[in-house]
Amino acid sequence: MAIMAETRLMTLQPDGKLLKGARPSMDEEFLLDALRWMLLSRLYDEKVIGLQRQGRFGVYSPGLGQEASIVGSSMALDPERDWIVPQYRELMAIVRHGYPLEKITATYMGKTTEATRIPEGVNVLPTQVALAAQLPQAVGLAWGLKLQGKDAVVMAYIGDGGSSEGDFHEALNLAGVQKVPIVFFMQNNQWAISTPRSLQSATPSFSLRAAGYGFPGVEVDGNDIFAVYQAAVEAVRRARAGDGPTLIESVTYRMGFHNTTDNPSRYEDKEQRADFERRDPIDRVVRYLRSLGLLDEQREDNLRAEVSAEVDRVIEAAAAEPGVRPDGMFDNVYERPPARVLKQREQFRGSNGNA
Amino acid sequence: MAMPERNVVEAINNALTEEMERDPRVMLLGLDVGRLGGVFRTTSGLIEKYGASRVVDTPLAEASIIGASLGLAVSGMVPVAEIQFLGFTAQAFHQIGPQLGKYRHRSRGRYHAQVTIRAPFGGGIRSPEFHSDAVEAQFVQSPGIKVVMPSNPYDAKGMLLEAIRDPDPVLFCEPDRLYRLYRMEVPDGDYTVPFGKAVVAREGKDVTLVAWSAAVELCQRAAAKLAEEDIEASIVDLRTLVPLDVETLVNAVAATGRCVIVHEAPLSAGFGAEVAATLAEEAFYDLDAPIARVASWDIPFPPASMEHWYLPSVDRVVEAAKRTAAA
Repeated sequence: MAIMAETRLMTLQPDGKLLKGARPSMDEEFLLDALRWMLLSRLYDEKVIGLQRQGRFGVYSPGLGQEASIVGSSMALDPERDWIVPQYRELMAIVRHGYPLEKITATYMGKTTEATRIPEGVNVLPTQVALAAQLPQAVGLAWGLKLQGKDAVVMAYIGDGGSSEGDFHEALNLAGVQKVPIVFFMQNNQWAISTPRSLQSATPSFSLRAAGYGFPGVEVDGNDIFAVYQAAVEAVRRARAGDGPTLIESVTYRMGFHNTTDNPSRYEDKEQRADFERRDPIDRVVRYLRSLGLLDEQREDNLRAEVSAEVDRVIEAAAAEPGVRPDGMFDNVYERPPARVLKQREQFRGSNGNA
Repeated sequence: MAMPERNVVEAINNALTEEMERDPRVMLLGLDVGRLGGVFRTTSGLIEKYGASRVVDTPLAEASIIGASLGLAVSGMVPVAEIQFLGFTAQAFHQIGPQLGKYRHRSRGRYHAQVTIRAPFGGGIRSPEFHSDAVEAQFVQSPGIKVVMPSNPYDAKGMLLEAIRDPDPVLFCEPDRLYRLYRMEVPDGDYTVPFGKAVVAREGKDVTLVAWSAAVELCQRAAAKLAEEDIEASIVDLRTLVPLDVETLVNAVAATGRCVIVHEAPLSAGFGAEVAATLAEEAFYDLDAPIARVASWDIPFPPASMEHWYLPSVDRVVEAAKRTAAA
């Protein structure tokens, strides 16, 4: 007996040609903007991995290979009114949504201060490494926005690994019951550190799980920016119209590693990797734009140089951010800290000589 | 006009009613809090007054009750979540300690979690297994969470109002054995009992009993019995474990030089250990006798038919107090 997702949504083939009869979900200007974001994601990742190896950057999880998923999903949102609840591998999604890249970069460079936190007015919650814990929180956020009559949609990110957590089930179940305006965007990048997707779940498609919660699930080619964007736009439209949640499974591949401590050569299937290399999300868009005469080698080089310069500027700005105060770790635990905590801070200041 | 008298259930219900009336952002969510009015009826009548969107019967899933409460708070609501029994917080523990407790810190002050978690707990009412566990100390090890343990109807109302208005998360533990034990004067209208202010619930010169929640009532009975033997016990009701009122605790113990700590949680690493360590640091030279602890045994909470052998009893408190007073 075959249990299959109805279809995997795809528009743009790996060779850069549209699937027969398919229409692009973005106009050319919007697609060029998407390409710029995808390049920023890739060039930033490549640069900061280098910095991490030099000891100048913290543990980092790159989005390499997942750029269409990350960028295409977030482009369906309106940063003015919608919210993003990230996991941790959606960096450019939250940057596009308004969290300045230099602030995030500074945080990775050890400058964990109020100056580098998510700014007021930017509708993004903190990244979450306790996997799936963000999902019940995202549902509560969407629920509260709905109760207050706000025209807002929440996009919550999760991975194939995180979907095995109990919080995933509890969150999707509650979201269905309360019919909250949320999009669960799952990046199925085939790996949870070293655990392959096949050991994560026996379901043939994670998108099928949505049926158990009473809302639609859709599977998309996560390396096809048109398909990702189209599915996200439709899910956001449903949420905004009061029709409740959608689960999107974006099938992609983690071309980098779990994080900078990982070594995929110990476990990765070379053939699978090679297969996804042929389906690279950025190459696909470049081929398509070239076929339309909208991009040539010169223009592409210029774009890359421009984005690379921006990455350099960001890193320079982040390096110039002020560093942490040792007693800053006592900040922002309580609005009114218990006397005991205040006393401990005094004790720490005395021992550390940094009052 | 005489002041109204209320038991703990009625005091909590009164606090919730008045606060929902005062602040339209306040909402209740949890298992059976709506149609049934809660398994102990603490939320009785509220769904009729405020509707099913503000008094919400949730799916049977503790982690999402708390996780959703955090998100609701970020959105601008003021959620009061009920976990049906404190022992059931185990299935929500991650959303309470690591998530709620650290949200202000993790977001570096951009967000805070104005969430109150109400949870009945404690033995002595013959509940089924997992319903009676006194696990309050687990949350004391979760920085960011305030741990609040009212011992009487007046405090229950005033501390619940304080909890709901606190911008940070509060675990409000309700002593289920005391829910309907007696009534006392609990005024209508607004008042709060501040956190971090312990109270001397009984004056006495011979020995100081330190307790919180239902154990305070136990200590009152023990003190009455001790008085028959001319031992006058004072009782310190800590009221809140986080924040801890070290000053009142130390002064009350220094006044008698003798201390017995009483709690329902198992002995080892119960909050009594923290109290004893604090006294050793802050009141050592005022002590005339070793500090004693009366707690439950370091074993699982037994079946209901055996619970009276497990929990601290009047006799055990009296015995420890006499030994300490004579030392």
